[in-house]
Amino acid sequence: MSEIHTHAPDEHGNAYDGLLVDDVHWAFGSGQEFEHSEDPLAGVDVTVPDGVDPAALASYCLMLGDDALIMSQRLAELTSRGPDLEEDIAIANIALDLLGQARLLLARAAAAGPTVVPTLPEGSPVPAEDALAFFRGDQQFRNVRMVEVPNGDFGETVARLLLFSAYRLALFQRLATSRDTVLAAVAAKGVKEMTYHRDFAGRWFLTLAQGTEESRRRVLAGLTGLLPLWPELFETHEVEAAVAATGVGVDPAAVEAEVEVVLDEVFAVSGVERPDTRPLAGVQRLKGRDGRHTEALSRLLAEMQVVAREHPTGRW
Amino acid sequence: MMEMGKLSAAMARKVAERVTDPELPMLTLADLGVLRDVRVTDHGVEVAITPTYTGCPAMAAMRDDLTRALQEAGFAEVAVRVDLAEPWTTDWITERGRRALRQHGISPPGVAPRHDGPIALTLRPVRRVVVCPQCGSNRTEVTAEFGSTACKALYRCLDCLEPFDHVKEI
Repeated sequence: MSEIHTHAPDEHGNAYDGLLVDDVHWAFGSGQEFEHSEDPLAGVDVTVPDGVDPAALASYCLMLGDDALIMSQRLAELTSRGPDLEEDIAIANIALDLLGQARLLLARAAAAGPTVVPTLPEGSPVPAEDALAFFRGDQQFRNVRMVEVPNGDFGETVARLLLFSAYRLALFQRLATSRDTVLAAVAAKGVKEMTYHRDFAGRWFLTLAQGTEESRRRVLAGLTGLLPLWPELFETHEVEAAVAATGVGVDPAAVEAEVEVVLDEVFAVSGVERPDTRPLAGVQRLKGRDGRHTEALSRLLAEMQVVAREHPTGRW
Repeated sequence: MMEMGKLSAAMARKVAERVTDPELPMLTLADLGVLRDVRVTDHGVEVAITPTYTGCPAMAAMRDDLTRALQEAGFAEVAVRVDLAEPWTTDWITERGRRALRQHGISPPGVAPRHDGPIALTLRPVRRVVVCPQCGSNRTEVTAEFGSTACKALYRCLDCLEPFDHVKEI
């Protein structure tokens, strides 16, 4: 049987042709042929510094990487749902910056302690950072719980981004002098990017708090819902204590005072009194950094990982 | 033999410096400050690039474009490595690069901020001296700090009323 053409073929015959020519644009291959993905740390010296426990460094990189990955995924869920085009684009841009940080940090975790990377079927071309993102279960994720809880409205997003970026910016400023040159480089870069994130969130917090009664009610409701998860960010996990002691990581407790000053400044300008909330307990004292999460993380991962898990060899 | 080495190093550099940015095609990677080093070793050409933004999706395309250009120029072995030691800053965009941006309707960045100690919050709109690349007016205002790509903010001109992109300082 001869080929059927509904119209004369020409160079613009099929709008989808162009989509299948360049695999580098696809997060998980084009499904036809999996091009080996570029190593984000190609040519970078990934030697673990003297006196540092490689396993502790790997765990620490997972903590920082997972915070960024899960926050990025929550923000990315808002794409096309922003209150206006500018904010939609801003949120997607911020999600992209965090995804970039996650990619480098997960790659760094894999290079420091290859045993953290899940085993995939023989011949799978999935790079280590993707294996970590897409093939770990919820209890292997080390992010704080604040980044995983479901999205609320725009007020809630602004409150969460303010809390998260204030915390992470202060942390990364100190991490920029890490003895681990990869962490130091990721942090120095992240500081530049997250200065914009924090300003964006701070301005919107002020705008909403000083806007209408309804906008104020919403941003405060968002803040009040998140504050029970806030103290967890500054509790020192034993991994964080270990990497801080060897000069490669930062003890989050050390940046708490500085972060609170920033928040107080935003609250003062916005005419907001900090809501009084009680910290959300862990499960037998175990929290996000220990791999004990809220139910929301499982649902987030189910959506984020489903395609990769169905096709561990990158072919379908 | 020595002369040959030098000659091909100069040629490799020349070829690499002609490769343009996939998202800002009016700029070469050299003018953007992304191309950090080109050298010829016993193993072929080694090129170092520094990403503009951590999540820059154009990095893979840049690597491929550099590899292709050098291979087409006769360098069989090309390795592109990532250099993260010093983070990219808009201060690395050359004068020629800034002219090219302006000619294409994009406002070039001012001087990147430097920080000692904790970074201050900026709760008011950022104040930059931004000149409209369309009409040259300096009566411009920021529409959004995030734009069509990670590196740009959105502006509008209060005289000619045209919107335009501004490469933001980092």
